[in-house]
Amino acid sequence: MIVPNGHVLLLAVILFLLGAACAIARRNLLMILIGVEVMLNAASLAFIGAALKWRQLDGQVFVIFIFAVAAAEVAVGLALIVYSQRRTGALDADAYSRLKG
Amino acid sequence: MTLYQVVFYLLAGVVLAATVLAITRRVVVHAVVYLVISFLALAPMFYLLGAPLLALLEVILYAGAIMVLFLFIVMMLPRETRAPGLGVLARQCWPAVLLTGISLTAMAVVLLSLPLAQTPVTAALASPRHFGRVLFEKYWLGVEVASFLLFVALVGAYYLGKSPEPVAEEPGESS
Repeated sequence: MIVPNGHVLLLAVILFLLGAACAIARRNLLMILIGVEVMLNAASLAFIGAALKWRQLDGQVFVIFIFAVAAAEVAVGLALIVYSQRRTGALDADAYSRLKG
Repeated sequence: MTLYQVVFYLLAGVVLAATVLAITRRVVVHAVVYLVISFLALAPMFYLLGAPLLALLEVILYAGAIMVLFLFIVMMLPRETRAPGLGVLARQCWPAVLLTGISLTAMAVVLLSLPLAQTPVTAALASPRHFGRVLFEKYWLGVEVASFLLFVALVGAYYLGKSPEPVAEEPGESS
């Protein structure tokens, strides 16, 4: 009645690939984190579509867990970015190419 | 074409356009604002697909809390002065475009030809009461693990965000 199941999944796939492309191609650390956020959202969209398709609430429950993981990931990721920016003064992922043994 | 379909495809267009605009912006603040639009358009779609509580949480948590956190951090950090040239960007973009293009065509072929994917989903609404019962009766252990994960993230963020004096004193020996 609403839409074919494949269209929901296709939208989720396109969103996920957009996020993946952002995480691959961009060099700003914040933009990489934004790409990860988009990917997590696409995963939750796929979960909700599947939950509606199979009439099971388990898919929606997993979206709650995705929200929790996304919140934790953003908190730690942003703290890491701030920390490394303080130490090296760079926001560019290419600036972190030197190791110190 | 029913009203549901019109709303779904309209929202899908808004989500995709806002996301494409977000991931191509140079300035991170613009990207974050476009991402907020994307999440705000995704929330009614969650409602349309039968998850009213998750639609609300999407607005409160994602568009509200997480993106505001992003905005705070973006404004805390200094602006990046050295912008890469267009040639560098084009050179770094093509692997991403190539890989995502291949996966997208593969997934589109699979999803649009699979007989399972053709079945139309019918509208349903999961009431928050029912949803909460399933969450706390069947998945209570997962809820506890998630709360522990959030606690660990809190401690980690606090530890990383502490004042950087010890690091500045002994730059050679920090591990």
